[in-house]
Amino acid sequence: MADLLISGLHVEVETETGPKEILKGVDLAVHTGEIHAIMGPNGSGKSTLAYALAGHPKYHITAGSAKLDGVELTELKVDERAKAGLFLGMQYPVEVPGVSVANFLRTAKTALDGGVAPKVRTWPKEVNAALARLDLEAAFASRSVNDGFSGGEKKRHEIAQLELLNPKVAVLDEIDSGLDIDAVKVVAEGINRYAAQGDRGVLLITHYTRILRYTTPDFVHVFVDGRVVEEGGTELAERLEVEGYEKFVKAAA
Amino acid sequence: MPNEITLPVLDSSGVEVVESHLHPKASYALDDHLAPTGKEEVWRFTPLSRIASLLDAKSAVGPLKWAWDNDGDLVDLTEFPDAPPDEPSSCHAGDSPSRHSARSRRIHLAGTTTATTFGPLTIADAKALGTQAPFDRVAAAAFNGATEGLSIDVPAGAVLDAPIVIKAVGENKPAYGRTHISLGAAASATIVFDYSGLADYAEYLDVTLAAGAKLAFVSIQDWQAGAVHGGQHSFEVGPGAELKSVTVTLGGDLVRLMETVRYAGEGGHAEMFGVYFADAGQHQEHRLFIDQNQPKTVSRVDYRGALQGDGAHTVWVGDVLIRRNAHGIDSYEANKNLILTDGARADSVPNLEIETGNIVGAGHSSTTGRFDEEQLFYLMSRGISELEARRLVVQGFFFDIIRRIGVPQVEEHLQDAVNAELTRAAEAEARTNTNEQRSV
Repeated sequence: MADLLISGLHVEVETETGPKEILKGVDLAVHTGEIHAIMGPNGSGKSTLAYALAGHPKYHITAGSAKLDGVELTELKVDERAKAGLFLGMQYPVEVPGVSVANFLRTAKTALDGGVAPKVRTWPKEVNAALARLDLEAAFASRSVNDGFSGGEKKRHEIAQLELLNPKVAVLDEIDSGLDIDAVKVVAEGINRYAAQGDRGVLLITHYTRILRYTTPDFVHVFVDGRVVEEGGTELAERLEVEGYEKFVKAAA
Repeated sequence: MPNEITLPVLDSSGVEVVESHLHPKASYALDDHLAPTGKEEVWRFTPLSRIASLLDAKSAVGPLKWAWDNDGDLVDLTEFPDAPPDEPSSCHAGDSPSRHSARSRRIHLAGTTTATTFGPLTIADAKALGTQAPFDRVAAAAFNGATEGLSIDVPAGAVLDAPIVIKAVGENKPAYGRTHISLGAAASATIVFDYSGLADYAEYLDVTLAAGAKLAFVSIQDWQAGAVHGGQHSFEVGPGAELKSVTVTLGGDLVRLMETVRYAGEGGHAEMFGVYFADAGQHQEHRLFIDQNQPKTVSRVDYRGALQGDGAHTVWVGDVLIRRNAHGIDSYEANKNLILTDGARADSVPNLEIETGNIVGAGHSSTTGRFDEEQLFYLMSRGISELEARRLVVQGFFFDIIRRIGVPQVEEHLQDAVNAELTRAAEAEARTNTNEQRSV
């Protein structure tokens, strides 16, 4: 099961002039086996939704709920949300100098498996295979996490983690930004392999329709001014491609 | 109008004197180093009451328990026996008598055909070798008051396969060290000084690299609680020579080291790395003085520290002097401090004195802060607990330096030591939390 149910979610962020409300009542349901795309203009709150779900300390949930298979995420610490099955693929993955990718992946896997370390015999092979599927060399595992990675390497590393850690639900924030066309394909194929398991959920946050040519969403949501203003299928994404967000932005204003 | 010509003022060793409050004048004479009042720039960070035992100069103070760790077999270097009467000298042809005492031990280390010499070092020997004079009162007290002294001499051309590890153990009494290490031309060695035990230890340690020599020098202050260690580690880097120094301070009540580099010719290269970890009540002070006194010389300084607990105090001072003749030099120094808990204090003071603009580069950076929230969030978003995430970040912070040491057993030892410090921190935090819950 992988049901992510978001209802009435309000989120504030701290600013210099005091708290500012970014999410103004988000309702969204991602059911098992579904791929959802959230699209919207810059500043509409798409990334805020992703970070608030994962529990970033900068964002404060003031009202509403987000349940993953019945577990209320908003009451959990960041690591507990991951243990509940949530994964956040980040637009700007953070550099952690001196911590190798191999060490990071092993530590994360151990934590998610309730403190049981992955098997020494099979785990390195799994890691190498996952990296190879994302066009990353085995030597990549000995580099420091995101330190000195190119934009493309950072995003492919996020998807390699997605495949290795295999969460229930993946929230992928602008995973396609800053990628050339070949890298978009590699990343999209990784998402498709993950989704093809059939019992997972994907929430794909994107500004452009480009990645949706390779990863076909079941549902598309248009996000404007902190809430979902329109829902539909892939035809909605095609409409946005032609018409842009302007109509929705004007309607929301 | 007549041209004004200012002639440089030279000291007794021919080095131009630059008036500066940042780096006091070196002198062999104890009386030239007055007992500090605490108001001096170079002493203002130091709790004088806790280093008083090292400032109160005595005579005829014995050394630490020195031993050379010959692959697990400890060879005592504390006392050198008198030479047998029928063997008046173990010196070979070509060795100058003042350089190697008849009581020295000559040992062929792996990878060499010439002998490395371990021997005593008298005051007269040390001066005759053209060593750098003591920079402060603690080093001067040690230089003049130490009984025997220790010299290690790696001959020209010798390329040592294995590191020379010196175990220096405090035996719960005051100790003075007068030590000189020399590497002959094109010699290559790794030398590790591993300090442990309990002592009030004043140290003078001087290192000379001849032309083209390569030295990795590692100093690990792994003292027991209560130990006090002060003094100097001074390096002279010959033409085209390469020094890599790694200073690691973990234990002791107070450690205050003055680490200096000067060059004996063009093209010398010095990399100075430091790792320190201060717990509650510890004072750890590393004062670097890089004297870019020769053209086309290079220096890199990278010191990193973590602090945890009430009264943990670290001081890093990085002085770089670029003399007017030092054309084409390249210098960069960095210091980073990670403050893990409340009640800790890190002072970080980089200084550049530049007397010529005709250089490749000169820069510095200093950062002191708490955990990076974004790093913790990233790690935790993968299921890693906050405690484990902090541990990873600190390990990574230090590993960036540790991996550059190049001595596997030292690298492993330091990784373990950092982990042990973090475990202590976690336990202390757990205790605090329990107490807070109780008091609620």
